[in-house]
Order: sequence, then C-alpha cells, then structure tokens
Amino acid sequence: MGKKFTLVLNNEYRDSVFLMRINELVEKADGVTRAAVMMGTEANKDLMKEAGLYTEEASKAGPNDLVIVIEGEDEDLVKKALEYAKKLVYKTEKEEKETAQSYLSIRSAVSFESDIDLVLISTPGEYAYREAMRALLLNKHVMVFSSNVPLEKEKVLKNYAKTKNLLVMGPDAGTAIIGSVGLGFFNVVKEGPVGVVGAAGTGIQVVTSLLDLAGTGITAAIGTGSNDVKEDIGGITLKTGINMLSSHPKTKAITIISKPPSEKIVNETVDVLSKINKPAVMNFIGFKGKDISNTIKFADTLEDAARISFNFTNRGEFKLPEWTSETEVKEAKDKLTSKQYYIRGLFSGGTICYETQYIMSKKGIKAYSNSPLDKDYEIGGFDSSRKDTVIDMGAEEFVRGIPHPMIDFRFRKERLLKEVEDKEVAVILFDIVLGYGANMNPASEMADAIKKARSLNDKVSFVASVIGTENDPQGLKTQVEQLKDVGVFVYPSSTRATQVALEIAKR
Amino acid sequence: MSSIFEKKIKVLNVGLDSFYQDLIKEGAEAVKVEWKPPGGGVPRLLKVLEALETEETEEANKKAIEAFTSADPVLVDIKLAKEVIPGINSRTFGHAGPPVSWERMSGPLRGAVIGAAIYEGLAKDEKEVEELVRSEKLGFVPNHDVSAVGPMAGVISENMPLFIVKNSKGTNVAYTNFNEGVGKVLRYGAYSKEVIDRLKWMKEVLFPILKEALKSHGPLPLRPIMSQALQMGDELHTRNNASTLLFLGEIGPYIEGNGFARSEVSKSYEFIAKNQLFFLNLAMAAGKVMMDSASNIKGSTLVTVLSRNGTDFGIKVSGLGKEWFVAPAPVPKTLFFPGFKEGDANPDIGDSAIMETNGFGAFASAASPAVAQVTGASVSEALRITRLMYEITMIKDKSFPIPYMNFEGVPRGIDLRLILDTSTAPYINTGVAHKLAGMGTVGFGIVQAPMLCFTKALERYGEVIGAL
Repeated sequence: MGKKFTLVLNNEYRDSVFLMRINELVEKADGVTRAAVMMGTEANKDLMKEAGLYTEEASKAGPNDLVIVIEGEDEDLVKKALEYAKKLVYKTEKEEKETAQSYLSIRSAVSFESDIDLVLISTPGEYAYREAMRALLLNKHVMVFSSNVPLEKEKVLKNYAKTKNLLVMGPDAGTAIIGSVGLGFFNVVKEGPVGVVGAAGTGIQVVTSLLDLAGTGITAAIGTGSNDVKEDIGGITLKTGINMLSSHPKTKAITIISKPPSEKIVNETVDVLSKINKPAVMNFIGFKGKDISNTIKFADTLEDAARISFNFTNRGEFKLPEWTSETEVKEAKDKLTSKQYYIRGLFSGGTICYETQYIMSKKGIKAYSNSPLDKDYEIGGFDSSRKDTVIDMGAEEFVRGIPHPMIDFRFRKERLLKEVEDKEVAVILFDIVLGYGANMNPASEMADAIKKARSLNDKVSFVASVIGTENDPQGLKTQVEQLKDVGVFVYPSSTRATQVALEIAKR
Repeated sequence: MSSIFEKKIKVLNVGLDSFYQDLIKEGAEAVKVEWKPPGGGVPRLLKVLEALETEETEEANKKAIEAFTSADPVLVDIKLAKEVIPGINSRTFGHAGPPVSWERMSGPLRGAVIGAAIYEGLAKDEKEVEELVRSEKLGFVPNHDVSAVGPMAGVISENMPLFIVKNSKGTNVAYTNFNEGVGKVLRYGAYSKEVIDRLKWMKEVLFPILKEALKSHGPLPLRPIMSQALQMGDELHTRNNASTLLFLGEIGPYIEGNGFARSEVSKSYEFIAKNQLFFLNLAMAAGKVMMDSASNIKGSTLVTVLSRNGTDFGIKVSGLGKEWFVAPAPVPKTLFFPGFKEGDANPDIGDSAIMETNGFGAFASAASPAVAQVTGASVSEALRITRLMYEITMIKDKSFPIPYMNFEGVPRGIDLRLILDTSTAPYINTGVAHKLAGMGTVGFGIVQAPMLCFTKALERYGEVIGAL
C-alpha cells in the first residue's frame, strides 16, 4: 500500500456528482493508485475508512470542507496530483464559442480570454492612451493605430512597457506583422528570414512587398509609430524591436526603415546594431550614412533596403517583376512637347511621397510638397500645384472627415483630372497600395480617372507603383493589368517608378 | 519576448471594426471590444478614469479582492440590538440605505419606523412618532454605518434580535435582523397589529429557541450554504428557498425548544421552513462581512455598498472610506401581486443590494432561472444580465459556481472604473414595497442602480488623487 496525502479545502462546497468526476480524473493521473475527492461529511468519512483512504487530516475536516486524499508511491507525483485535483475543483469548462465574441472592455475580454497576445487599438486619439495602458497593466502587447496621442503619454506607455518586457507599437503605427498575423494596413507577405522594424508605415509595406516579390519573406514587421524616433521618445520601440529580432533565431537579418531621425537617434541605433550579431540595413529616407561595416549598412532607397536585406539572406539575384518595357517608356518620352517637363505626384503613402522628393532632389529637382523635404518648398494650400509638385494625400488636411486615400480615391481622382489640364505637366506619378486595409479594387478607381484624363490630354504619361503581393486580397496581377490597359507604366517599387518618371520628364 | 513571433498570435481589437473583420478574413484568431467612449465621452470623467489606470490601483484592488474572497462569515450568536450596536438605542433606529431625514422618508420607511416605535412602546401612531422626531427624541442612523444590514426598510430598533456574523479570518462583524416573511410585514412598511404581534413573537419565542439551537450547533459557516444554494437554483436575493432549507437542515436538529411548549417549537420550525426568504438576512450579513473586510483600502475602486432607503440610492467605495454617494432611487420594473398595479410601487429600497455587491442576486441571475420568471424576464435574459455584470466586476469567484455557465464563478467585486467605462450600472433583483406607509409588499422586480451615484464617486476620486 502506498503513502496517502491529503489536501483539505475549507468551506468549499461542491456537489457529489461534480466531485466524482474529479475523483475519476485524478485516479487516472500519473503515480496515483487511488483517490478520494469528497466533502467531509460523516457518511463520506465512513466511505473513506472502508476504502482505506482515511487520514488524520481528513478526520479533522467538517461536512463543509472539501477533502482530497490521494494514495501513491512517489511523493512528487502524488503532490502533483493533489495540485491537479485542486485545479479541477476550480476549473471552468470553456463555453462554446459564439461566432463574434465581443466584450465591452479590455478587462472583461482578457478575463475571459486570457490567451490574447496583443491588443490592437484604433479608437480616437484622446482615448487611446488609457486603453493602451490598460492592456499593458494586463500584460498584453499593444499596437496603437490611433494618432494624436500626446508625446509625453507615448513616453509613459513605452517606458512602462519596457519594465514589463512588453512591446508597444505606435501610437500612429499603421502597419505590423507579428506572429504571421497582419495588423492595420499590411500586405500578405511570405515567411522568410528578414525582420523589419520601421517608423514609416508605407515604407514597411513597400519593403516587405518587395522582399516577397523577390522570392523571400519576413519573420516579423514591427511598426514603431511615426513619433518613436523623435528625440522626445528616443526610439524606445525601435531599440526594443531590434533586440527582439536579434534574439529571435529565425530572423537572419534586420531592416530598419524610418524618415530621417536626429543624428543622436541614428548613432544610438547604430550602437544597438553593433552590439548584436546579425546583419542589418538602415534606410532613413533622405539620410544616407556611411556603411558601418559589411554587415551594418545604410540603404539609399526603399528598394535598396529590400535588395541589401535580400542579399544578406539569399544566394540568388534580387529580381523584381517587370511589367513595363523600356521601349514603351521611350515612346512616351518621344511624344512629349518641348514645353512638358513637370512631374506631379499624388500619393497615398507618406513615406513614398517623401522618398520621391529625395530621389528627385538627387537629380537636382526640388519638388513642392505639403510635406516637403526642404521647408522652402512648402506648397502652402493643398488644392493647386506648381512646377514639380508631389502631394501626400494621406496628410491630415486631406483626411479630415473622410477615409484615407488608400481606401477612398475621390480626392485623388479629382486632383488627377485637374493636373492634366496643366499643359506643362509631363508625368503624373502615383502609388497604389494593395493589401488589407486598402480599397478592394484601387486600380479600377484610378483607371476610370485616367481614361477621362486621356480625353483631356493625350500627351501626358502616367507612372505608378503598385505596392503589394500576389497573395493580397486584391490580387496583384489583375491590379497591374487594369492599369496597363489604360496605358499606365507600372512598377513594383516606388523607387523605380520615381526613377522612370524622372527619365521621361528629363529636361 | 520574441516568442510572440513564433506562433499565430491572438488579437483583441479595440476600435475600428474593419480591423476586426480583416483579422477574421486573414484567418487570425481575434476577439473584439464593442468600443464606446468611456465615461459617456465626458472629458472630466475620462481624465479621472485615465488617472486611475495605474499599477497602484491594480495593487489596491488586488488587496481588496484578496480581502473579500478570503473573508469567512460565520454565524456565531444572536443578541438584541441594544446589546451589540451602541449606535442603536431607545432614541435611535437603524434603517436601510444612505442617511435620510424623516421629512424625506418614503411611505414604506415611515411605516416601518412607526411600526418599530409601536413595537418598542415609544408611540401609538404616526402622529406620536412625528412628535418624537420633532422633539428630537427619535433619530435615525443608516444600518451600513453601524455594521448592520436589513432588507427593504431595514428598520432595526433596540429590542429586535440580531444575528451576529463574524469573519473567522478577520476581526469584522456584521449584524442583521430576522426575516418576517412576505405580505404585511414591517420591512415593507406595514405596521398593523399582526405585524407588531409577529415581531413580538419573534423576540419572545423564536429568538430564545434559535439562540439555544445555535449554541448547541456551534458557529455556523455561511459560505458553504451560499455556495451550495447557488448550485440549487437560488440567486440568494429574491430566491432563498434552498439556502433557507439548508440552514434549517443545519440548525433544525439542534432545536430543542429551550423550555417552550411543543406547539411553539413546531411553529418556530415551520416559520423558518415556510419563509423562503428566511436565509436572505443571513446571506446579507455574510455579504456585509465580506465587503466590510475589503473597505477602506487606499486606492481601491471596489464598490463596497449598494443600498437604498426608498428615497435615495447610495453607494460606498473602498478607497473613499465612509462617504456615501447618493442619487434619487429609481422605481423597479415590477411584476405585481394580484390587486396591485403600476403606480403603487415605491422607489427602490433596502440594504439587500449587498447581495449584488457580492455577486449574487441579479449578478447571479444565470444561476436562478426560476427568478428570471419571477422578475418577468426570460431565462436567456437572466444569462444576459449575468454576462453583462462580468463587464463591471473584477473577478469570477469560483467559490460560487454557476452550474448553467459551466461552473463559471459569479461576477464579483464591482469596479467603479468599469461602471463608468462601459456606462453599465449594476442590476439588482428586489422586492417592491407599496409607496404608502402601512401597505406592505406589492411584488418583485428588477432595477438598475442610478449612474449618478457612480459619477459622483468617480469625481470625488478625481479630487482625492488630484486628477481634477
């Protein structure tokens, strides 16, 4: 006969049917020869005596005390079984799931579904801090899509998250892919060896899509939020993200994408990268630093960033699909009148708009913009263009009260028709962003407007980048075809589209 | 930390519903919050709610949870009010709910005061009671402020016998009176001769018989009875059928009569057995013990008292000490007994909402489909209410399992923050009194606490922590 161990739960009533079921389960546990799980009534004590499972502790239990007696040889196993029995007493069977389970607050959601990993917050900005703080208090990672959260509050969130080893993406983080789940606006990208951290939403979409098109993929894409690299915040999430990716075995290289931060943040980023053991490439759009080493590099453009991280992790050649031939471009160029030389860019992606200005400036062309690279080229007023102009149509002044231009094309279409009336315009350059969160058929929206535009001006060229992958819900191929059908020159990278636009408009 | 890259993560969406739809479309596991601006979108309230979302509040509430879940209410003795509550004496009656003057008292509370004054031999009728009040020979104190609770009018005078319930894991004690049954009873404001005679019999016969029986039985733990009754279809507020019989099963064998005639002993036994609410008062005292053990915890947002006096609804919050936060009491949605109608019902009254404060009553609706019938709603409505109450509470207390919800624990520990956050006030199952003094019970009903009490409490919290 084995040893007997007893656990008494005082004043814990359960009915006998409930306890018999537990009794049965416990007897099946490792190292258990026999068990008695019952209320300590006199009748039950007699049963325990007859079974030889009566113990000193059991004898002291009253009728309202729940008694668990387990017999077995191995003390450790029996103790484990006692714990198991106790767990069963307090266990709730999971209710059958309703299809759209919803809760009124994060607290109740987490209390019923403790296996939630991350909370995605997209409330109006003034409420986002509190929701995010609550998620952190409940030990959940957070992505804050909402913008307009004060910097000092962002800092409180990020500093607190650091103490709890939690990740805070955002505020103002539009894109992330974590644990193969896309969040916010994202493209369906294959799994692969590259980990991406970025403060520039569309920049992340461009680079991850290009990696996919080149035949590789990503482990994760961490969106830090646009303010993370400001000195007030100090790149907390950027650094956390790099460290997370560095300790993640499947991540073989790290890609960092951001609008240009201060030199201090750049240096700190380089410091962090120097301490880890993985190759990395940084693209601070418009800030080309000197490569630190063969494994810590700066990329000049988004496409370069994708190429370098591809080369870190793949043997083959970085090759992107070619949808438009050089001859087509040359014919278009030849058609231009001598007075057509301006580029007008209409973008839904802020990063793309920024990168376009940078590439143009390298060719000596300064473009006017509502989000200018050079402050002297602030367009001032957003309904008309002059000379070379590129507009970020996702900027705040355009989206007040209406959906983002990745979803709603009405302003872009109106603007496009207006631009072609200007006979000095050579190229209309624009982006189409596919993926979740975006319009379900964006190419047809633009194709409609372009058909109309051609009837007004048949000399102007249209150049587009289509950011997306074959697995995006819109389908890359059909989107490209629709644009090509109306004579648009189409490229998978915004970098390349800008270069072609410059080539056509060369003066 | 990088482990979140390794598995398909489960996401909780808070905000734009299209993100939730996308998560489902991409095949991720996702749940959502039906988000609404907290505090009804009032910036002042949001400010306080934001300031209360801290680790300090979490810690304080953890302490409160630990206190009320570990408290162990045990019935230890029965004594007259004057022997145990210094605040109740020949010049002071206890009553349900927050403080209220004679002038503002509703009909049923006035009726009960008149009845108690007659019972104590202080007056013969309403006029004489008014005279006592006017000449300051009679005053009133909320039961909750002297560790007592009483259902409905809850009037306790010095010569009423009280159950004494102690926290065996602490030092606090709570008191409650005997339940008289339904119909023409003092607690519903009736004070006719039969009411007074019953009170006298309870003191002169039932009290000594029960006191002796309890002494022979020894201290009686109340939690096990409550837990077991919950699993037998009681929600422990408007339905106490199982708990009352379980109580009688404990005490009954020890009733020897204490020298009374056999007919009196049978009558006592029958009085308890046939009063399906007899255990309610004990459950309330148990609830009072559990909540008092969690009161006065600095920084805690636990609501420790919900109570009504027929005029006002009042609450207390652990971290805000003894202060009452009051608002006009609403009239319950009532299922009337034959002969009564809409318009007869008095606004909400009684300390018995201590049951809801503890996760029973309406909060445990799902445990008691029979009560759903009483309050005129469907069983699925009962389930809906329990589910909704999880939204405003801190824990699911597995010591009090609800069989129909796969033995999920009752929603316990009302969090002031969550009430304001979700704009969801606690539901309460309740008896309903006639609005005129002397009339008694008119039916059973369900009511929601007025939001204003909670708004006021939150604003005070804002002042206390310097957020406003």
